[in-house]
Amino acid sequence: MIQVTNLTKRYNAGTLVLNMPNLEIPKGQSFGLVGNNGAGKTTFFSLLLDLIQPSSGHIINNGVQVNTSENWKPFTAAFIDESFLIGYLTAEEYFYFIGDLRGQNKADVDALLQKHEEFFNGEILNSKKYLRDLSKGNMKKVGIVAALIGNPEVIILDEPFANLDPTTVNRLKKIIKELAEDPNVTVLVSSHDLVHTVEVCDRIVALHLGEVVKDIQTSPETLKELEAFFAV
Amino acid sequence: MFKHFIRLEWKSFLRSASFGTNLVLKIIMGLAALYFIACFAILGTAVYFILKEEGLEPLSTVNTYLIYYLVGDLVIRFFLQKMPVTNIKPLLTLPIKRNTIVHYSLGKTSISFFNIIHAFFFLPFTVVLLMHDYGFQAVLWHLGMMALIFTNNFINVLLNNKNSVFYPMLIAVVSLGLAQYYHLFTITDYTQPFFQSFYNTNYGFAAPLLLGILVYYFSFAYFKSNLNLDTGLAKKSAEAKTEDYTWLNQFGTLGTFLKNDIKLLRRNKRSRTTVIMSFLFIFYGLLFFTNSIEAYQNPMMQVFAGIFVSGGFLFTFGQFVPSWDSAYYQLMMSQNISYRQYLTSKWWLMVIGTVIATIIASFYLYFGWQTYMLIVVGAIYNIGVNSHLVMLGGAYVKTPIDLTMANKAFGDKQAFNIKTMLISLPKLLVPMLLYALGYYVHSANLGFLLVALAGVLGFALRDKVFTKIEKIYKTEKYATIAAYKQKN
Repeated sequence: MIQVTNLTKRYNAGTLVLNMPNLEIPKGQSFGLVGNNGAGKTTFFSLLLDLIQPSSGHIINNGVQVNTSENWKPFTAAFIDESFLIGYLTAEEYFYFIGDLRGQNKADVDALLQKHEEFFNGEILNSKKYLRDLSKGNMKKVGIVAALIGNPEVIILDEPFANLDPTTVNRLKKIIKELAEDPNVTVLVSSHDLVHTVEVCDRIVALHLGEVVKDIQTSPETLKELEAFFAV
Repeated sequence: MFKHFIRLEWKSFLRSASFGTNLVLKIIMGLAALYFIACFAILGTAVYFILKEEGLEPLSTVNTYLIYYLVGDLVIRFFLQKMPVTNIKPLLTLPIKRNTIVHYSLGKTSISFFNIIHAFFFLPFTVVLLMHDYGFQAVLWHLGMMALIFTNNFINVLLNNKNSVFYPMLIAVVSLGLAQYYHLFTITDYTQPFFQSFYNTNYGFAAPLLLGILVYYFSFAYFKSNLNLDTGLAKKSAEAKTEDYTWLNQFGTLGTFLKNDIKLLRRNKRSRTTVIMSFLFIFYGLLFFTNSIEAYQNPMMQVFAGIFVSGGFLFTFGQFVPSWDSAYYQLMMSQNISYRQYLTSKWWLMVIGTVIATIIASFYLYFGWQTYMLIVVGAIYNIGVNSHLVMLGGAYVKTPIDLTMANKAFGDKQAFNIKTMLISLPKLLVPMLLYALGYYVHSANLGFLLVALAGVLGFALRDKVFTKIEKIYKTEKYATIAAYKQKN
């Protein structure tokens, strides 16, 4: 589904922040990206969404080269951070806006919201608040559910577990696992939290200073292996 | 302790993300400040002689109108003077006494330009008084005046954001002023002796001093009690209501964007200021068409007015497309959006704004149909040509907009962007020249026709221009995203 070839990203002074000679993510895989701060996780996702320009190489998403064509947009959805939210809208307005852009009518969106009512924990819908006035955790909930609108085939979530309360984390894991079971949906998740990532992902790639240092299919030993790697 | 605060202040000035461009703005603001200082100083020196010539007693005349001076000062402060709350949060958990923080914040307001400027009026005036044998009481009077200015400063701190107190007060004072103008009731008969007593008696000046201290005490107490995250420093959040605007659904994706833009305009301080400003632009033409200013009496300047009356919204809103969406630009760039639809929706919004302004401006018919024709052809040119030009200019603007901030609506830093400057020239010059050409070759009617034709021509080229702007958007994409990520 996603093919990375000779991808590098440098910043002006020549600092190499990402160097990924080759990476292939097959369709339907749930892919976890772990690493410390500055490892290049967000940089990789930003490249995948064509928000920054690769210094060399390219990414092909479902046959579309992302930095030359925009045709990856209809089947790809992402939530990176709060800058993906429109602060002056209410949650409902935001969902319908995204729904409109993804060719979903109000009923489709309502059905999806209904499904995730538990995840919202009664704090999002009809809250009479603009998104800019929500707490960080609630913003995240809105962003994550918005990324599920319109049955995208590729879903990219950057640090989805951060800022969420324990109950919501468990609900989110359930949602991601469900998505992972769908053979048509490729989920990409990044996290600092090894336990959560191992639990929801089929495959885990560890980044360190921009390089892929581990690439493992999840097994009962994975967590130990990763913990050993990141141990001080 | 204050030393640390001042050092922080200095660093925040030097290290702001846009220091370079800010400096230009600061210099221009400095020049404007110098201009006002000069005005006040000249007035302060000359007012004595002017009043004397009119056969009035200078000091008592100044005392008569002082009440309006002070209220006017308060009004200006209410709208323009900034409150010092912004950087307090990080200090709260540090080992600094709350009293120190509050004293510092209030102290900071007292060295504001809004206080200093008055010294440039009152100092020369007092000096002139002393030279004309008014005696040491003139100094006492001066002290009283300064105390009143600082009282105003702290009243403003207390009034800040209290519209419910401010506007009734403003209405009361304005109606008193009108009452005086029509000789119904003379408030100054009561206030004048009060101000006069600062001079006439040796103890009168103590009253404003006490008042100043009292107001300082109140604002200190008020500030201190509000120095919590859930009270004074809390973000104010209005109750939100979900609005569907379903009638816009018939326009498809265009409607989706229009819905968003209408909400953008209605729900953010910054964009609301823009709408209010463009409303004021409608009345800008009064300066031109009432024949009140001689330099505006030529046909070219009249077209200038015509363009501005109908195009206020187009200019103030359009020049910041796409910066209005800067806060969530990453979302826009990764969503399933075609630039063309995005641009078209902004274009329609500008067209709607222009048409509404033109309709409101129909009261200019009072000055004759030719005057209104100037505005109508101005609108045609605005829709046909200027709407494209502002968007073209906007494509190069990379200043993120903080929607929740009301100030900075004037000019902003982008005014110094050479590319946008160049693009904005034809906005005004071309229609002015076209009209002048028609006007001098044949008649005003030919002038109208030429400007309108240029507008229609521009409209016909719309698709071509959009393709061009789309291309610029694409090439500038990464730079724009990176620039919008930087917060000031």
